[in-house]
Amino acid sequence: MSYLDFLKEYGPRFWDGALVTAGQFLLATALAIAIALTAGLMKLSRNRIVHGAAVVYIEIFRGTSLLVQLYWIFFVLPLFGITLEKFTAGFVAVGMNLGAYGAELVRGGIQSVPKGQWEAAYALSMSPAKRMWRIILPQAFVNMLPPWGNLLIELLKNTALVALISVSDLMFEAKQINGSTFLSAQTFGTALIIYYILARFIVTPFMRWLELVMRRKLGRA
Amino acid sequence: MDDLSNYPLELTGDDVPMVRFMKVTKRYGDLTVLDKLDLDVAEGEMVTVIGPSGSGKTTVLRMLMTLETINEGVIYVDGQPLTHMAKGGKLVPADRKYLRKMRSQIGMCFQHFNLFPHMTALENCMEGPVQVLGMKKAEARERAEELLELVGMSDKRDQHPSRLSGGQQQRVAIARALAMRPKVMLFDEVTSALDPEVIGEVTNVIRSLVNEHNLTMLMVTHQMGFAKDISDRVCFFFDGKIEEQGTPDELFGNPQKERTQQFLSAVKEAD
Amino acid sequence: MGFNWNWEFTWEILPKLLHATLNTLMAAGLGYAIAVVLGMVFALAQRTPYWALTKVVREVIEFIRSTPLILQIFFVYYVGPQFGLKLGPWTAGMIAIGLHYSAYLSEVYRGGLEAVPKGQWEACTALNMSTRDTYLRIVIPQAIPPALAGMGNYLVGIFKDTPMLSVIGVAELMHTANAIGSSSYRYLEPYTLVGIIFLAISLPTAGLIRLFEGYVRRKLGLK
Repeated sequence: MSYLDFLKEYGPRFWDGALVTAGQFLLATALAIAIALTAGLMKLSRNRIVHGAAVVYIEIFRGTSLLVQLYWIFFVLPLFGITLEKFTAGFVAVGMNLGAYGAELVRGGIQSVPKGQWEAAYALSMSPAKRMWRIILPQAFVNMLPPWGNLLIELLKNTALVALISVSDLMFEAKQINGSTFLSAQTFGTALIIYYILARFIVTPFMRWLELVMRRKLGRA
Repeated sequence: MDDLSNYPLELTGDDVPMVRFMKVTKRYGDLTVLDKLDLDVAEGEMVTVIGPSGSGKTTVLRMLMTLETINEGVIYVDGQPLTHMAKGGKLVPADRKYLRKMRSQIGMCFQHFNLFPHMTALENCMEGPVQVLGMKKAEARERAEELLELVGMSDKRDQHPSRLSGGQQQRVAIARALAMRPKVMLFDEVTSALDPEVIGEVTNVIRSLVNEHNLTMLMVTHQMGFAKDISDRVCFFFDGKIEEQGTPDELFGNPQKERTQQFLSAVKEAD
Repeated sequence: MGFNWNWEFTWEILPKLLHATLNTLMAAGLGYAIAVVLGMVFALAQRTPYWALTKVVREVIEFIRSTPLILQIFFVYYVGPQFGLKLGPWTAGMIAIGLHYSAYLSEVYRGGLEAVPKGQWEACTALNMSTRDTYLRIVIPQAIPPALAGMGNYLVGIFKDTPMLSVIGVAELMHTANAIGSSSYRYLEPYTLVGIIFLAISLPTAGLIRLFEGYVRRKLGLK
């Protein structure tokens, strides 16, 4: 079977898998951003309980493997009465894991804003919430974007693990096709190339574009 | 295009200079930094280069140290070509091996010292002699200690650079360069990065080198008083060319060119 | 709710899991050793004057970094036999994980090498040092401290990625926990214990790496 025939026959399944991967990626990204913001701000809190909760969350999710977390959420959580459907369990695990890494980026980004900016906002008698939303976060956001670009690539790659709880993403389809055709080089090679295209020609350019837009907004470009 | 056959394979005669720049041109893209520069430095002579920033003065030293390549012309050191080498009776651009052989005659001190931060003062001074000249450790150590004594840094020999002040680092850097026994020493704005109160300790070391050692030296500096004191000759650079040169008395006391006068009075006002 | 922690079961499976932890540590150690060496090769290959080599290595690194490790593990394990080369799970796993992390480490090294100020290179030229001595004695010793944090992160990272090797049958922690789970139909204890073991190793290791970094900086006399 030529590679072209192979693509003709199995192309639609790769496409379906890629769509599921894209769905997992988008949902997990949204969750990761929400968690990163919450946990990152909590870690900066002077309240010891709030700070401590963030530290525990971040250390647990960064200190263990995503695969362990995924299996735990999918197989163990039902014992506590929380049963997630596999698609949901997939992006929840990925989002919670990457959110913990993102929280450190949020914290670092906020701390990278010069002290003078805090003092200037303080001198204008802004409320703490206003100060954070209107002055600090926009600047922190621009500083954070380059490492977030890397983090989203990691996130995209990590969505491949959801195949292990049978979410029919790109990785899962590749495994299935390989199981029936034994054309491993073609199957896994194609999947690798699709992931590469998603990362290098969609996610990365989008983040670069976002960086540029944000820098323009802050008048830095 | 520069025709290399116009340049001699080596310099001969009675008064071969220690350094000769012959029609040397250096360009960065469209910008000509040095334009057909001719400059001789005699053995044992102390020549100071002054001029506004961007006039190409530092480039002169960096080319001589082979940190920069040149676009046209030839540089000779002690009669032998430095930037080129003789091959089949013709000059061709020097290869790496030839450059390494030739540049062993030249030592350099930098504006920002560039000491090796992971080595003590003594180790900095031993590194070149042991690794490059193949000197025995004990011998290199003895010599490094002598040189640190000379620059007044004996008591700090076991300190890492991060524990030394700028003036102290620069003195170690001078000892490190001297340890290679160069024929020509280059000083590239060695006091520019220093606090005013420690400039003296570095200029005093250079002064003692001028008085007590027969070294050929080429120095770029903004310290006009110092240049006037210790130079045999001062060159004023402007726009990639030597605008005027002469003894310190001539150049500082009675400058002929308008640009020299303007520069010197501007510098005097800033002081 | 079916939540009830069975201590008897816990004591029964703990030795098995601890034994498998040794395999996990060995996999992480071997994979890391490959990555440390190969990463340096990748980093130095990008500093040669050969334009084409630099470009190719750059693209290979980008490709490895942009695609999932789990897929790379499958690729290495299954593609060999298609062409008559059969690799065992350990060999395939070590190649995949070592190669994957060498791409990351090469970037860490590259950053470290680029962090060495230009003046250091110029001082080496002024002292007439050879390229080899310049790298070995001056540049690399200074490139190591800034690279240590990144190297440490990836050591912990490779450790946490070893569970992926379970998919091709490397008998590490996850593989053992899966086996226990599917034979006993109890998932709570094995998966929770695996999580605790990972935490118990990765958290202190991260702390030790920070201490080590400070020690190396002091040892080299850097601030």
